[in-house]
Amino acid sequence: MNKLLISIYKEMLLLKRDMGGLVILFIMPLCLVITITLIQDSTFKTATQSKIPILLVDNDKGEVSKMVQKNLAGNDSFSVITQSNGKNIDEAFAKEKVFDGDYQLAIIIPEGLSSGLKTKVEENVAKIMEGLGATDSVTAAKPQKITPKEVRLYFDPASQTAFKTAVKSTVDKMISQIETKSIYDAFSEQLGEESTAAFKQESYISFKEIVPMFDNKEQVPNSTQHNVPAWTLFAMFFIVVPLSINLVKEKNQGTQVRLRTNPVSYATVIGGKTVTYLIICMLQFFLMLATGMFIFPKIGLPILELNGTFFMMSLVALFSGLAAIGFGILLGTVAKTQEQSAPFGATSVVILAAVGGVWVPVFAMPEIMQYVAKASPMNWGLEAFYDVLLRNNSIAEVWPLLLALFLFFIGMIGLSIIYDEKKRAI
Amino acid sequence: MSSTIIEIQSLSKKYKDADFFSVDDLSLSVKKGEIFGLLGPNGAGKTTLISMLCGLIKPTSGSFTIDGLSYKNDAKAIKKIIGVVPQEYALYPTLTAYENLMYFGSMYGLKGKDLKQRINDSLDFLGLLKFADKQIETFSGGMKRRVNLIAGLLHEPAVLFLDEPTVGVDVQSRNVIIEYLKQINQRGTTIIYTSHHLAEAQDLCSTIAIIDTGKVIIKGAPEEIIEVTKNAHSLEDVFLSLTGNELRDE
Repeated sequence: MNKLLISIYKEMLLLKRDMGGLVILFIMPLCLVITITLIQDSTFKTATQSKIPILLVDNDKGEVSKMVQKNLAGNDSFSVITQSNGKNIDEAFAKEKVFDGDYQLAIIIPEGLSSGLKTKVEENVAKIMEGLGATDSVTAAKPQKITPKEVRLYFDPASQTAFKTAVKSTVDKMISQIETKSIYDAFSEQLGEESTAAFKQESYISFKEIVPMFDNKEQVPNSTQHNVPAWTLFAMFFIVVPLSINLVKEKNQGTQVRLRTNPVSYATVIGGKTVTYLIICMLQFFLMLATGMFIFPKIGLPILELNGTFFMMSLVALFSGLAAIGFGILLGTVAKTQEQSAPFGATSVVILAAVGGVWVPVFAMPEIMQYVAKASPMNWGLEAFYDVLLRNNSIAEVWPLLLALFLFFIGMIGLSIIYDEKKRAI
Repeated sequence: MSSTIIEIQSLSKKYKDADFFSVDDLSLSVKKGEIFGLLGPNGAGKTTLISMLCGLIKPTSGSFTIDGLSYKNDAKAIKKIIGVVPQEYALYPTLTAYENLMYFGSMYGLKGKDLKQRINDSLDFLGLLKFADKQIETFSGGMKRRVNLIAGLLHEPAVLFLDEPTVGVDVQSRNVIIEYLKQINQRGTTIIYTSHHLAEAQDLCSTIAIIDTGKVIIKGAPEEIIEVTKNAHSLEDVFLSLTGNELRDE
């Protein structure tokens, strides 16, 4: 026990003497979580507060295009531009501006869209009314040949898929509403003024998001609730880099040789490092929580609300830290130089984060990657954090993930010992 | 000076992918209380032999005992009675001399006042007491060598392995180190010592073995082996006579 305590003290001294490294261990994760949350929060605000300018080319000049313009003007996300230098813009101009990246989007409404839609709907309604015997077949209009119209969208090639999908969905919904309204109007016209009161055009079906309850209060997850656990985990895994460098340095300095000839077990040496770096991981974690709770509200970000999950969150952080340390010890054992361990450590943490769902949710990944994600310890840690913080799950539901993280740690240490033994037998 | 403390029997080591044995069927015995000099040109197998005796690498074949103990059954007991001073400065550069020695002394189970007393005495003897609280990275090569030596000696081992303990140090530092080694030998520590300083070895060692290509080619007291070697007046003459003048690049 004394040897373990002395080993921990020695590791603490080594970290203390590298004040620059120690500051980086705490400051960089803070910068990371604040920057990412600010970006994600401002992205959200961009979509709701500041408007994206879009070009609208109105070749229709009818009821439909007026309605499209009205709907777009009423949308919080867009500001509509129809003129340039006092002249109405045309499709060629819009295409050039969008493809040059000056605008994100242009919507081209084709000529004759209103009249075409009106004719098409009226014909269909008339057919239905005729089938119901509500009109005289003799008076029904002769069908005209109507060419289907397309509303054209031009996107800046640099636009992200998520933005394009959101815009397409909005435009699609708008067109559906216009078509529906046209059908109602056509029926109204056919049935006469008195009957129109029966048509209520408000949506019958609506939806409501039901969120988990904490202490009988609904908690709507915000960007902080998502970002703090995710980026804390990411930062904690970066402990791999200094820890592996620490081990490589011991090899290169010769202190590892001396320790091997001392009557001290490898478990004690590794134990000293594990405890020390686990303390660092936990301090990082508490610092990030404190940042989310006390600094975020002061810089206009949503507050991190733990809702009584502090102990469980700390437990998840502890096991995640162990997994990261296990990986760091294996890397430091295998690597011969710092040039090997540092870039490999940093890159592999980024890969584990990407695979683990820190950036892109696992459900949005291709099927094969979803299987790969399940093998990432960062995914286990992230799921455990979300289970506790967002899904209000108890230890009974989270323990398999904690066990997986712990087994990963044991596995990594086991591999390190086996590798070390094999190297000594050279 | 009669009983054997190290007994080596047919010890061999061939590294993976090597096409020769670094230590080849080597048998040797070291008596308790000796200062045993292990000499040889570069690549002769000295460091490999010491590494096996210190438990750092495993032999390909053969066996050895230290004070009747073998690594197979008594690794921890052996580690308690041996001290190792590697060729490189096996110290933490950002820790002070005192912190390094406290740490390595604690790993031998030493603690409290006893450990502090041993550290202070050793630092004092080697002229480093006033630098005890300075970080190792600020030390000169000679100062680092002296701290390196103390780190392997704090627990007063029965057997001390020294791999070129005076390489790269000035004459003053070397004299202090040699004096210190003689003193701890007088207190009963057996010393196994490798060096390229043949005059130093001749002065310090009670027994010398010259090894080449992994085999012992001569062993005895320095004056004996000088006497039996034709036209030799010093250990250097013996060395060159037995190992030749060819360059040995490792």
